[in-house]
Amino acid sequence: MSSTSKKYHPQEAAEFVADNERAHWHDKALWFVRSKRDKAAAAVPEWEALRETASQIKAHMVAKHADFLEQFEEQATKLGAVVHWAKNPEEHNRIVLELLQKHEVKRIVKSKSMLTEECHLNPFLEKNGIEVVDTDLGERIVQLRNEPPSHIVLPAIHIKKGEVGELFHEYLGTEKGADDPDYLTEAARHHLREKFLAADAGITGVNFAIAETGGIVVCTNEGNADLGTSLAKLHIACMGIEKLIPRAQDLSVFTRLLARSATGQPITTYTSHFHGPREGGELHIIMLDNGRSVLRQSDDFRRSLSCIRCGACMNTCPVYRRSGGHSYNNTVPGPIGSILGPAMDAEKHSSLPFACSLCGSCSDVCPVKIDLHHQLLKWRGKIAERKLLPWTKRMSMKMASIVLRNTWLFTLMGGIARKVMPLMPRFLVYNRFNDWGKQRDLPAMPKQSFRQQLKKRNDSQKRDS
Amino acid sequence: MTHKSEILKALRKNLLPEPALPSLDQEWIVYEDINAQFEQSVAAVGGQCHFVDNISDVQTRLGEIEPYRDGKKICSLVNGVEGNVDLDQIDDPHELEDVDFAVARGHFGVAENGAIWVTDEHVKHRVVLFLSQHISLIIPKSELVNNMHEGYARVKHVGGVFGVFISGPSKTADIEQSLVIGAHGARSMNVFVVENV
Amino acid sequence: MSMRVGLFIPCYVDQVYPDVGMATVEVLEQQGLEVDFPSAQTCCGQPMANTGCNDDAKPLAVKFMEVFKDYEYVVAPSGSCVAMVRHHYEEFLGGVPGFEELKSKTFELCEFLTDVLKIESLDLSFPHKVGLHQSCHGLRELRMGSASELMSETVNKPKQLLEMVSDLELVDLSRPDECCGFGGTFAVSEEAVSCMMGDDRIADHEESGTSVMTAADMSCLMHLQGLIDRQKKPIHVMHIAQILAGREVTK
Repeated sequence: MSSTSKKYHPQEAAEFVADNERAHWHDKALWFVRSKRDKAAAAVPEWEALRETASQIKAHMVAKHADFLEQFEEQATKLGAVVHWAKNPEEHNRIVLELLQKHEVKRIVKSKSMLTEECHLNPFLEKNGIEVVDTDLGERIVQLRNEPPSHIVLPAIHIKKGEVGELFHEYLGTEKGADDPDYLTEAARHHLREKFLAADAGITGVNFAIAETGGIVVCTNEGNADLGTSLAKLHIACMGIEKLIPRAQDLSVFTRLLARSATGQPITTYTSHFHGPREGGELHIIMLDNGRSVLRQSDDFRRSLSCIRCGACMNTCPVYRRSGGHSYNNTVPGPIGSILGPAMDAEKHSSLPFACSLCGSCSDVCPVKIDLHHQLLKWRGKIAERKLLPWTKRMSMKMASIVLRNTWLFTLMGGIARKVMPLMPRFLVYNRFNDWGKQRDLPAMPKQSFRQQLKKRNDSQKRDS
Repeated sequence: MTHKSEILKALRKNLLPEPALPSLDQEWIVYEDINAQFEQSVAAVGGQCHFVDNISDVQTRLGEIEPYRDGKKICSLVNGVEGNVDLDQIDDPHELEDVDFAVARGHFGVAENGAIWVTDEHVKHRVVLFLSQHISLIIPKSELVNNMHEGYARVKHVGGVFGVFISGPSKTADIEQSLVIGAHGARSMNVFVVENV
Repeated sequence: MSMRVGLFIPCYVDQVYPDVGMATVEVLEQQGLEVDFPSAQTCCGQPMANTGCNDDAKPLAVKFMEVFKDYEYVVAPSGSCVAMVRHHYEEFLGGVPGFEELKSKTFELCEFLTDVLKIESLDLSFPHKVGLHQSCHGLRELRMGSASELMSETVNKPKQLLEMVSDLELVDLSRPDECCGFGGTFAVSEEAVSCMMGDDRIADHEESGTSVMTAADMSCLMHLQGLIDRQKKPIHVMHIAQILAGREVTK
């Protein structure tokens, strides 16, 4: 997209909503995931205590972040893993490429890693002559469609099965018109097994990195991370520095929260713990900063570092459900993405904190109790401070403030509105300058304001008494 | 300055108050009937759970399960269960691509989610747990725990040893949220909880 | 000696929905209170604060505290305005003498009735099927009820009050606490999503048999009523204060 056709969330969302049937289908699909999460959480009597515990564990980790990172590196190195530090995506990608080139790797398989999305690793590697196959089924689907995932856990949630059928017909040779998920998944199974067997290296993300032991944990339902790292000898694990947890036993808290929050399952099918490379193999762990250390310095936004990338906030967000992940134009969409995005580029993502009705549901579902809706509100203040608000908003708020500060002016303006509005012809009230009035009627103007009515009543009561 | 030193410097810029690491010694869920709950959980995640007395019963039961009975290449990592693929004789794990059925030992099972802790301590090629079309895990009945806290208390992470909680067969719902069992890993999971091991 | 409360009426309720204000006065007076409306008040500052324009909101927060500083209680028929005072005035008035007191004495109408006055019955009949819309600020900021995503039980205060009204039938909604889509300036800046959210709430009420839609926040109802009126749907919209004051079904 060129900068002249730069679209912010409102325009993208309006396009999404315009396909009314599809927008409702998308909304229902994600609400279904939210309801599964509710059922799973309700089955755990100590659910709220778990959230509180997880929140405290992450807060402790962030406070001593540097110490825990050093401990993790020390422990992981003892186990035979190699730990790399990358300040930014360029460095991260360079490290990956160097490793792959050193081992003469031509084909890699990759399990879900939002971090590699953040670094735009795929196009970088492809440019350098390396075949990258995303092996998470949803990720593979969007990869074949040449588009980014629209959700961090359910990458293809915006795609209908018929569309997957068309895609697989073109790329995997499935029958034209076939849209049965079992049939299509079976075709993907065969296709991806070939890729696993032919791969020279496997790249994974990291769900949790254990400072105490130097181990990393990867969670999948498909087994693709395990297939990708148990055949080829080279395993590259990419993690954000905030994925750390202090103790191995802390995993008990997070493994109980993650899948229930994400999909409503009690646990992912596979929760794999890697403590050093396997015999004859190599394990490289790349830790990326890319602004996380800056976030840590902010009292307002530090808690967003606790995020375990479960996606629950997206599923519960009434705006995300009705606008789709692509409308956010950010690697991570939804409520958490609307906090992380502006931290990276406040101008590009200035509309995101406003793509929110401040309903607060996201904060209630977050397994690590990030105060998401409060941080979104805080971001609005920062964006206003940096003068990134559209001038119409700034002006109208300034004028409103002046009016509201002066009671006489407020009551005067109100009186005028109540007199004049009923006299105006409809076309003057409802036109393209009135966004409220596109689909809604304005309230009927009463003759008197409340304060006038109260005074009148009180005066007459006084007279009567 | 290296990236590492820059990152650490940035992370040490702010001295933050350190909230205490919370104790995990809390009131976690305990089930009245742990066996029933485990069985229920395994079923809920798409697996089958069998309670038997001895390993010989496992062999008998497996003989009734079609993918084992009709499988051409069976890899058994359990003494007392028959197989025809010996991992120790194989150097290249890629050769395991046509294994139909794998049988392995689990250390313990978790009632809250049907997960079983499996390590590759005595497994030359761990890929067989994922590459095999079908899998069966065997755990001692005495080793059922209520929840993940009790589970992790039993786990000792050892360098070079891969450990995985496996809960049911592989699955995906990536195509219009339709649950499909048998995504990339095992298509089915039969769990045997054995009284006398 | 009857208790005297300071009444805060949201800016747009004062100018555009006067009957909601009158009903609030009547409800409180029915409980034997003396209701005072300090006329210097205008607005809590929420529209500006929610748009990020904190410099424009601050003077209104200062004004609010000045206007209400001498009252024992401040009551408002608006969850969002009260949430503004109790949760978001910190950045404007934190540390200012009297602020802690202001926070602890400012109440939304329903929670004032259930928690402070502790009323247990109402002598009222309202023979209609009522759909309660749970406004987000009241629900998730003031915890006036149980949010469906939170695994903890909280008494639902608006519901408790409506259950004291004879012949009133509360309907069960498919999504009992999904946001209506008003969200302040969101209603205009994200108009498409806002209206889709509102339409979906209305459809839920229609399918559940709502005849009268009510809520503790007039902002939600203003937005929903706007859609209802444009589409000429037969659902009536009333603020909970109007029901509790014994009003007949209004338009």
